[in-house]
Amino acid sequence: MTLGSGVLPISRDLTAPGPPPRQLGRWRRLPPKAKAGAILLGLFVLVAIIGPMVAPYNPSFQSPNPALSMNAPSAAHLLGTTQSGEDVLSQLLSGIRLTLELGVLVGLIATALSVLVGVTAAYLGGLWDELLMLVSNVFLVIPALPLLIILLGYLPRTGQTATILVLAALGWPWGARVIRAQTLSIRNRDFVAAARETGESGWRIIAFEIVPNEVSLIAANFVNTVLYAIGASVALAFIGLTNTSTWSLGTIMYWAQSQEALQLGAWWWFVPPGLAVALMGTALVLLNTGIDELGNPRLRDANRRAKVDGHRLQPTAPTPVQHAALPQRTSPLTAFMRSFSRTAYLEDRAQRVRAARASEGQR
Amino acid sequence: MTTDLGNPVPAVTEPGGSRRLSGEPVLSIRDLSIVYRTLAGDVRAVDSVSLDLHPGEVVGLVGESGSGKSTLAYGATRLLRAPAVITSGSVRYAGRRLTTPTDVLQLTTDQLTKLRWREIAIVFQSAMNALNPVLNVHDQLTDVIRAHLEVSRRDATTKAAGLLDLVGIPRTRLRSYPHELSGGMRQRVMIAMALATDPEVVIMDEPTTALDVVVQREILGQILDLKDSLGFAILFITHDLSLLLELADRIAVMYAGQLMEVGTAVEIHHEPAHPYTKRLLRSFPSLRGPRRELSGIPGTPPDLLDPPPGCPFLPRCTEGTDACAKIVIRLAGVRTSADPDHQTACPFVLPDPELPDGRGVSGAQPAVIAATSRPNAEELKQ
Amino acid sequence: MPFILRRIAFYIVAAWAALTANFFLPRLMPGNAVEAIMSKFPNLTPSTYHALEAMLGVGHPGSLWDQYGSYLNDVVHFNFGISVSNYPAPVSTLLAQTIPWTLALVGSATVIAFFLGTVFGIFAGWRNGGWLDRLLPGLMFVQAMPYFFLALVLLWLLAVHVLHIFPIAQGYAGGLVPGWDWTFISSAIGHSILPAFTIVITSLAGWMLQMRNVMITTIGEDYVLAGQAKGLPSRRVIFNYAARNAFLPQLQGFGLALGFVVSGAIVMEIVFSYPGIGLLLLGAVQSNDYPLMQAIFLVITFAVLIANLIVDLVIVAFDPRVRTREAA
Repeated sequence: MTLGSGVLPISRDLTAPGPPPRQLGRWRRLPPKAKAGAILLGLFVLVAIIGPMVAPYNPSFQSPNPALSMNAPSAAHLLGTTQSGEDVLSQLLSGIRLTLELGVLVGLIATALSVLVGVTAAYLGGLWDELLMLVSNVFLVIPALPLLIILLGYLPRTGQTATILVLAALGWPWGARVIRAQTLSIRNRDFVAAARETGESGWRIIAFEIVPNEVSLIAANFVNTVLYAIGASVALAFIGLTNTSTWSLGTIMYWAQSQEALQLGAWWWFVPPGLAVALMGTALVLLNTGIDELGNPRLRDANRRAKVDGHRLQPTAPTPVQHAALPQRTSPLTAFMRSFSRTAYLEDRAQRVRAARASEGQR
Repeated sequence: MTTDLGNPVPAVTEPGGSRRLSGEPVLSIRDLSIVYRTLAGDVRAVDSVSLDLHPGEVVGLVGESGSGKSTLAYGATRLLRAPAVITSGSVRYAGRRLTTPTDVLQLTTDQLTKLRWREIAIVFQSAMNALNPVLNVHDQLTDVIRAHLEVSRRDATTKAAGLLDLVGIPRTRLRSYPHELSGGMRQRVMIAMALATDPEVVIMDEPTTALDVVVQREILGQILDLKDSLGFAILFITHDLSLLLELADRIAVMYAGQLMEVGTAVEIHHEPAHPYTKRLLRSFPSLRGPRRELSGIPGTPPDLLDPPPGCPFLPRCTEGTDACAKIVIRLAGVRTSADPDHQTACPFVLPDPELPDGRGVSGAQPAVIAATSRPNAEELKQ
Repeated sequence: MPFILRRIAFYIVAAWAALTANFFLPRLMPGNAVEAIMSKFPNLTPSTYHALEAMLGVGHPGSLWDQYGSYLNDVVHFNFGISVSNYPAPVSTLLAQTIPWTLALVGSATVIAFFLGTVFGIFAGWRNGGWLDRLLPGLMFVQAMPYFFLALVLLWLLAVHVLHIFPIAQGYAGGLVPGWDWTFISSAIGHSILPAFTIVITSLAGWMLQMRNVMITTIGEDYVLAGQAKGLPSRRVIFNYAARNAFLPQLQGFGLALGFVVSGAIVMEIVFSYPGIGLLLLGAVQSNDYPLMQAIFLVITFAVLIANLIVDLVIVAFDPRVRTREAA
């Protein structure tokens, strides 16, 4: 055997700088929408926790001084006063806590019910499945608000507990359907069959094999249910069906409406609670979209892929041809804004590596 | 660069008959490189690949999943979605209808739209997914006919019916929807659709992988008949080398985004030059040869995000040496082959000549010969 | 068309469930609810008392089944009893006066919003990364607002305090008598612009977001890529390949959300003092007018069921797979 004596070509790329880090941290990997939603929601949770403690007045305190009625925001009352001299800011803080509390509790109960029903229906199959799904579908198609109205209307007391229970009773069907669909597809997968083969009992399989794989779905379901609960409770309170002596955000607006705040121009009475509801809802929707994007790679990539080398592309444009990395065309303002972004930093770094490799290859 | 892609041209029908395999290639891919730009870095899906397709010939492109064969084919018509980017090379198309050959990569979007399907058509892998579920067969055939040819609605319908005849589907199926057809029929509709505007090149991306063997054989037979009568060239992508040995005129073996070996089907079958090709051939049984133990190829393809230097097949190659980690992959002619177009990327290993009983020689010591010097007779005899 | 028949059967079951819930709820409430309800009206005239009894089925002789039977019979004949708060008007008369207003407003506004939102969503999904995408967080904010809150803000800005373009309240100008003459109709339309605008803005955001997401998922499908590979004009690929397929989940979402949209719109009517069901509902709740409340619940439920049936019909028209498939 003769070893060749020719000159072997030089090696490739052994002196190029190392590649950018491949594993992005878990927080950074979350889509920006989820991050924004989580931060906003976190703010509200914070307010809910400490709000009533730092409220300047007792929200139900009705000032006997007529001069203090229907005051615009001032130093003493940052968000003005109501018809009876109550401080709107204190009511708002109290309202955020109450509404958020209610939303979260309904979310927990309803999600627990959804998981229970959904997984059971999928696991049992057959007649039980059909029956449970029929019940869910009937609940889903009947409009929630009118049903809630008559449910609450007939109850002798309409306290917070009653409202929570009633809302939860109507909030589980949507999640149950979705979870059932997911469970069905997981149930047929190999690792569940393997668990069954090794003799794991039914409910252990459910608890330890199936449910852990549905966590993001359950999380999305929870967020959705909280959204529904807040919306429905605010609407119910606005009509006057819930306890009008506790200060939930909807109740504040109920009183504003019945005391003709609009006609009297007292915007500080109805705008803050409404804004609070809208912002809480936005936070939840953002969070939900983020969780959606986590689970559906196409949605997530749609946002990231829209840029190739800093140039926006339609998703259906022809594959771009770049024989060399094109220089960034950015205005100074964009460059300034980009300098704060970690994603931009990573992209720029990747581009520098590519350029270095390209010039290496040419030498 | 002048083309007549500015105006739709009426269908040119030539009397049937296949073309010669030589002459100017109709599709000429040169040094094509495609990367996926991800946040974690560039994934080199296709690395400096060159391939020719001549009129009327069948070129098979074979490789494992992730070898880049589909990326190559879709990239040639710029159908890849973000974050794919073509970073080098050219795709020269020289069809009959063009006054001068044109580089597909340099076309504007409008010109590209006119070129697609009319000149280069694609048969997708899964017909169930590639056919629009809400349009019936007639609409899916006629919309592409009317997009490229100036024909009236009635003529388009007539042509569509004629296409169904061509692939052996009853005309009554024109009004059917994709979900109402069987798997084999759907694939035939895809083939009919691909031929609707009389293209020069048809790229077939694993067209029969999802079908059972009997239907597969029928359809492949039909494809070859159509090719003979209509005269188009086929780029046949598959992971099934055994299929190509019967079907293709030439075969290109791809691994980790690079071509490992290119040659005629006969050469590849009987005198495979690259170790990867040899292992591929040994991994399926032959119908006529003696029984032998099947061997797979242990290991996995390399990570294309950060490929190791040298030959990508080295970790799985039984004939590799330290020198393999230092070479630059490029195709070069196989020295011992009679066919000057038989090329391999492995400069160290020669083809194993076929023994009379149909088996290749296994386990022989490779003759390591320099890539650049010509061997003398003594070296060859080892 | 087995699919449509199955859907009709399902809606009949749902309607029956609503009716039965309506019947049994007062009887299921803790304590002797019927007594409790009756006791809320200590000063009833005997005829009102009887009306209530009839509605609750107390006065009727016979077993529960008999009461149930006569209740169903009443419903079928649109006999919902006598209203307590608007005595002696029968409930059905009150409904007949208000339903057309709500139907006209909510019906047309919802359809417009769905259509516009879907079209915007198609473009937002196709031109992913374009300027429409910058609106997304704003859209989410608008979508999360309660309808009646947006109504309050718009009223305040455009009618009461900042500008005075739009009428403040009611369905039509004060002194007019309802009739099919132009003065009345133009006044009615003028009064419905702001409420309609509120509904359209809020719900449009939701439909647009949903359609965008579905479009993005659909664009990733092989047949859209095939459409591009075929060299078809962009317009055809967007609408016949991508949007037509994306429209189906969008329609299903529409059906599911219909209940919420209608509910939200009805509550919003209160803000405008619009002479629709919303105002009636508010009055009923505040005066514990059970016959009216029950009837409103039934009417809204049936309306939503019928709307869902229409959506199913549209789905059948658009999706050939459904026509042959056994679907539930």
